[in-house]
Amino acid sequence: MSAPPDRRRVQLFVTCVVDQLFPDVGESVVKVLSALGADVEFDTDQTCCAQPAFNSGFWDDARPVARRLLGQLDPSKPVIVPSGSCAAMIRNYYRELFADDPVNLSRVNRLRPHIYEFTEYLHEFFDLDMISRLLSDSPSKDGVAFHEACHTKRELGVDAQPKALIDMMPGVRRVNLPQAEVCCGFGGTFSIKYPDISGAMLSDKLDCIEASGANVVAACDSSCLMHIHGGLRRRGSAVRTKHVAELLAERLKQPA
Amino acid sequence: MQPRTTQFRQNSASALADERIQRNLAGLYSGFHSARIDASSATADWESLRARGHEIKSHVIENLDYYLNTLADSVERAGGHVFFAKDAEDASSYVVEVASKRGIDLVIKSKSMLSEEMGLNERLEAEGMEPVETDLGEYIIQLAGDTPFHIIAPAIHKSREEVSDLFTERLGAPRYEDIEDLTKEARRQLRQKFLAAGMGISGANFLVAETGTVALVTNEGNGRMVTSMPKVHIAIAGMEKVVPSIEDLAMFLRLLIRSATGQMLSSYVTAVTGPRLHDEEDGPEEFHLVIVDNGRSRILADEHLRESLLCLRCGACMNACPVYRKVGGHAYGWVYPGPIGAIVSPMLTGLSDGKDLPYASTLCGACKEACPVKIDMPRMLLYLRKELTQGDSYPEHRSADAAERLAVKGWRASASSDAAMRATNLAARLGQALLSRGGEISKMPGPLSGWTDHREFPRAQKPFRSRWPLGDDAARRPRDER
Ligand code: SF4
Repeated sequence: MSAPPDRRRVQLFVTCVVDQLFPDVGESVVKVLSALGADVEFDTDQTCCAQPAFNSGFWDDARPVARRLLGQLDPSKPVIVPSGSCAAMIRNYYRELFADDPVNLSRVNRLRPHIYEFTEYLHEFFDLDMISRLLSDSPSKDGVAFHEACHTKRELGVDAQPKALIDMMPGVRRVNLPQAEVCCGFGGTFSIKYPDISGAMLSDKLDCIEASGANVVAACDSSCLMHIHGGLRRRGSAVRTKHVAELLAERLKQPA
Repeated sequence: MQPRTTQFRQNSASALADERIQRNLAGLYSGFHSARIDASSATADWESLRARGHEIKSHVIENLDYYLNTLADSVERAGGHVFFAKDAEDASSYVVEVASKRGIDLVIKSKSMLSEEMGLNERLEAEGMEPVETDLGEYIIQLAGDTPFHIIAPAIHKSREEVSDLFTERLGAPRYEDIEDLTKEARRQLRQKFLAAGMGISGANFLVAETGTVALVTNEGNGRMVTSMPKVHIAIAGMEKVVPSIEDLAMFLRLLIRSATGQMLSSYVTAVTGPRLHDEEDGPEEFHLVIVDNGRSRILADEHLRESLLCLRCGACMNACPVYRKVGGHAYGWVYPGPIGAIVSPMLTGLSDGKDLPYASTLCGACKEACPVKIDMPRMLLYLRKELTQGDSYPEHRSADAAERLAVKGWRASASSDAAMRATNLAARLGQALLSRGGEISKMPGPLSGWTDHREFPRAQKPFRSRWPLGDDAARRPRDER
């Protein structure tokens, strides 16, 4: 076993969706990590984990993009990923993608234990008390429904961590979300290939969210939130979507 | 059954538009799906059972020749006949031959998905014989000239009113309002057939290699009558149905029944071994086991897909699947629907014909989580997508979609460098200025128009990469209202 990684030096893999569509989520992640005293490195040359091409069957096109990221991530420091499905892509599916490439496969295997979904990292390296001391009572009182994003929960086994974080946030009440573990229907290119099936699944998800009485729906994956958000807006619903990192960041005490 | 896997899009659209089907499908979540979760949570050793089930079935599939030979020896020792059929045609002809030899024209059947696969009823009818399904759901399907909607509950898409109409029209029965009265009517009708039939055809949930036993799980007891009343019993089974021993059978029954209906035990478990012997009072005079390949060895030969042969046909992955719960069983166009169907149906009937099936999944993983033998369906769906796109192992099934290939090339270019990401972002922001002024986009052109039929499209922002390194201000900048 190598020496335990220094928790204070981390690399951010921000993901293409957060980079291009939800940069606030990336900023929130950095704010929270910085408040905890971590030194966040970010390589602006990073692009995408290659999941869109991989999931569509274009493995030969996915490989160079994945290889690029693999070369940028340092297997000796925690990699923080604010998206369950991109973290799962690197941790679980790079092995499939590089099954016939021993050099990159061994790199994948060295990197895998250092890939952390954002809330998973917070749990592994900090106690809740320490995080809780950084938070102040937020002006807004939120009823938060937590959507158990499929890859966060089933591929990474991350479920208790974000819920514990939400439960400890001042001014937040976590409401019961019926069928919280059911897919929102996004599925990446699935929502483009089968927009009507995806839309019908989304509609069920929105019904459950509205029935929960929440004013915020949170998750650890901006892609699912993008899909849910698009559906809520189309319905004219007042429910907002937030990444767990945003919920945390907006409650951080301002430094004195 | 004639494959209609090419029609996934049309058939799923009509299921989505059918309110009654949507209601019945929604009932699967609170019904079978929740019952399975309750039953498995109430089973203390559930996770180790699943692991053991996976291990034993994998061992059998890796050593299939050995177990099939042992099985055949055991069946013959018990006085039965064994026939290995290479395909549906082969298997059906064998059944017809046995029936003709004994001058049998009335055949009773218990539920068998393999029989649907073979189109056995159509074949028997073409030979002038009368096959009668005795499982209530299958009976309804047969009367309606329909195909199964679900492997455990074949008529789940039919309402009580529809069944009532069907019975009036086809059987001349009075119009019953009650499910109980409908069931009684079916029993009355079927009793005559049970008494008069010369042959019983059953499927098999499991075949026990060491004893030659055929095990059937039912809740109606019809399986028991089919296998014991007529003078000839033919069991038909896919070659993957074999388990080594009676102890293994006991374990697989626990896995199967809890996963299928959420019961701890089904009302009936029937285990038959060979024909009636001279000192026995019940059972058929003649017993045949037809072991069917029908494309399965193609799956066996592919190390990436072999795992799908572990399937117990419990239906849990269908009930768990949010896509199945929207499109239903007919959309998949063949006998096996849902996540496992999206893998085996294309492999058994033609991969490129079924090219829409492996994509009909969000890869949410609910199927894998539900499966009693831990089959990794998402991994196999991904593999099939790769094969359809690249054709590494199945070049003849490579299904080119020029527009998608082009889109992927575009993606690849945009993900090739920091500069390319910035350029893509700029282009997106310029483009969206034409489509909407602030806020989300309500109408996207081209292949993204389907998306905006149901939801707003997000707007590209000034990217994170351009905000890096974040100044103290950046971190405190007021957040966009989203
Ligand atoms: S794949 Fe698993 S869950 Fe689906 S029918 Fe087969 S055994 Fe059941």
